[in-house]
Amino acid sequence: MPVDFVAVAAGLIAGSAEAPELIGSECRRCGVVAFPRQGSCAACTSSVVQERRLARHGTLWTWTIQCFEPKSPPYAGAAEDFEPYGVGYVELPGEVRVEARLTEADPERLRIGMSMELVLVPAPGAGGALTYAFRPDD
Amino acid sequence: MTDVVVVGVGIHPFGRHEGVSGLEMAAVAARAALADAGVGWQEVEFAAGGSDAAGNADTTVAVLGLTGVPFINVRNGCATGGSALATAHAMLVAGAAEIALVVGFDKHPPGAFNPLPEDWGLGAWYGETGLMLTTQFFAMKIQRYMAEHGISSSTLAKVASKAFENGSRNPNAWRRRPLSEDEVLGSKMVNHPLTQYMFCSPGDGAVALVLARGERARTLARPPVSLRSVAFRTRRFGSFEVFSPSIPITAAPSPTTEAAAAAFEQAGIGPEDVDVAQLQDTESGAEVMHLAETGLCEHGEQEALIQSGATNRDGRLPVNTDGGCLANGEPIGASGLRQVHEVVLQLRGEAGERQIAGPARVGFTQVYGAPGVSACTVLSR
Repeated sequence: MPVDFVAVAAGLIAGSAEAPELIGSECRRCGVVAFPRQGSCAACTSSVVQERRLARHGTLWTWTIQCFEPKSPPYAGAAEDFEPYGVGYVELPGEVRVEARLTEADPERLRIGMSMELVLVPAPGAGGALTYAFRPDD
Repeated sequence: MTDVVVVGVGIHPFGRHEGVSGLEMAAVAARAALADAGVGWQEVEFAAGGSDAAGNADTTVAVLGLTGVPFINVRNGCATGGSALATAHAMLVAGAAEIALVVGFDKHPPGAFNPLPEDWGLGAWYGETGLMLTTQFFAMKIQRYMAEHGISSSTLAKVASKAFENGSRNPNAWRRRPLSEDEVLGSKMVNHPLTQYMFCSPGDGAVALVLARGERARTLARPPVSLRSVAFRTRRFGSFEVFSPSIPITAAPSPTTEAAAAAFEQAGIGPEDVDVAQLQDTESGAEVMHLAETGLCEHGEQEALIQSGATNRDGRLPVNTDGGCLANGEPIGASGLRQVHEVVLQLRGEAGERQIAGPARVGFTQVYGAPGVSACTVLSR
């Protein structure tokens, strides 16, 4: 499928802007899934791994709100644009827990176990490039 | 196993020291430890030490004197001090020296650490998009732990309040003003559920220890405190560690769990025998989790333990009696050795205003940090 967006980095995100997919890897020996795509398996040490597109839906495993602006470098966002943002790990069933920005930054609206969906959001300071995030889809 | 004894301890006060380099602080701590032991620098037969961000430890030999001593520089993330100690301990046990010096020091700019993704095997995007923060990781780890094990925000605040109370009695601590539980809870939110006063701050400091074995250890003046064991581990697949774009859905024991178990086994002493413990408290949640990971209590038991005051200075299991990282700050290379310094003072009965109320025969230390390393020690009188 042709990609209709510019991603913040190559090799991270596939699919379309409407239905993005994260590009992970799966060990052909033990089946362990990782993200981003790895060249070897941290679980069983095998170097025979293949690309795997990860599930687009999962559940929130843990979260926090980033209340202060991260230092630059490495953060690319501009100081005047900073707004607190959510960060969490989303468990993709049977696959892996992925760390990501969350579209929700209100602590009252986040709870462990809630359903989440992968979406694309503007990457900080990236001039239109997109990065991945999870959005509550309850 | 050969008995290795801590015969001298020295510290440069923690905090911020404008115009004083990390290496100068290291020399101050080394001289204090040598004086405490009654040992001359020229008598030291092996030395190890390091900092994460303040220079090569063996530059201190140029200040102390060029005696030809074999000196190993150690730079091993948050386990820098613990790794230097493990190296010196092993050299003494192996018979390569009778007296060794260990030194750890550091100096960091204000604010959160800002490591670069490229240094950690990650793409630049990870930092650019705002995921490369240690505070985020600590918050997400305790957030999950609180939900699984019934830990309250009040308990997180009590950990910090205790640290500042202990720090107020420690002349070498950085933060010496006691803060109530309400003041901790009411401080600025940094990363939910952790507020400003639940976090330690990067800072400056240095600690040195003099170790001895055999006949030499027995002739030195100080009340002897045995270093019964040092164990160091790195993460296994499945341990939840900092700077991880993904983690597996299966869990594994943390490096602390494994290092602590190994330290207790080598020492022939169990966690139930510990009279005083110093645990890595980068933030309040870390102390809570480490209490159980080290075997000092069960997972979930911390809520009742901390609420009842058991980890206070006058409690059944005093923890972080010098104020920990919360009151002393975090000079990465020095923190692990600060913990040993404090246990030695407690076991000698020389901790002054912060001496624990109960007996002090067995002490335990645990340092933990990026990228998933832990070093533990058991000491006894």
